[in-house]
Amino acid sequence: MMAKVLGAAAVVFLLGASAYGAFFVAPNELTMGPVQRIFYLHAPCGMVALTAFLVCFVGNLGFLFKREAKWDWLGVSAAEVGLAFCTVVLITGPIWAKPAWGVYWTWDARLTSTLVLWLLYLSYLILRTMVEDPDRRALISSFYGVFIFLDVPLVYGSIWWWRTQHPQPVVFTSGGLNPVMRKIFDLSWLSLTALMILLIRQRYELEATRAEAEILAREAEAV
Amino acid sequence: MKNLGSVMTAYMIGWGVFFLYFVTVARRTSDLRKEVERLKQTLTRGK
Repeated sequence: MMAKVLGAAAVVFLLGASAYGAFFVAPNELTMGPVQRIFYLHAPCGMVALTAFLVCFVGNLGFLFKREAKWDWLGVSAAEVGLAFCTVVLITGPIWAKPAWGVYWTWDARLTSTLVLWLLYLSYLILRTMVEDPDRRALISSFYGVFIFLDVPLVYGSIWWWRTQHPQPVVFTSGGLNPVMRKIFDLSWLSLTALMILLIRQRYELEATRAEAEILAREAEAV
Repeated sequence: MKNLGSVMTAYMIGWGVFFLYFVTVARRTSDLRKEVERLKQTLTRGK
């Protein structure tokens, strides 16, 4: 319990430090001005969302190969947390786009594939609510989870493969970011990754408790 | 500073989403734990 509280406190501290850096330490970007500071939330959230979907993919594959419930719990936990991060990406993107591009939304490859990704993982979670038997639910959603993961490399590669309104990557390219901006970006990335791990652990615990409740409910029905 | 309102809005909404999600998961877990306890008691009484 104490370790959990300390872990949550560390995540809150990291998030606070990264927000302080984004608001008060990061220099103004020359073209966009202060609105570019949304970058320190928007871009790391996107990367963390893709990481969570990768964890979901690993969980789905794990279940298909080993048929152990814990892999399914990992899959659904990571899918839900990834969806939360993807939601933040889809909300903060238009808030940044309006002053930067003059429009909230445009149907370019990066934005569209990200919206499709969000819809796919939402459908993954809806699908799970439609199957009552835990083994069948895990099997069907694992197959579906492996299939929908195909959109993740598409989202990642969209800005390299097509000309898009969305800017080209600046994080993993040499000379892309001012050193101070880079440090604040890395801190934001670290803090949001820590938040992702905290949320997946919390959600995994929920899924384990749900499984226990389902077993007990079946036993109670049989008595 | 121009457009700082947009930055504040983005951060408030972003953190709001994470906070609401965290609270929802904690509440769902707490409800399920109560359900597990109730079922355990039902089973104990049934034996």
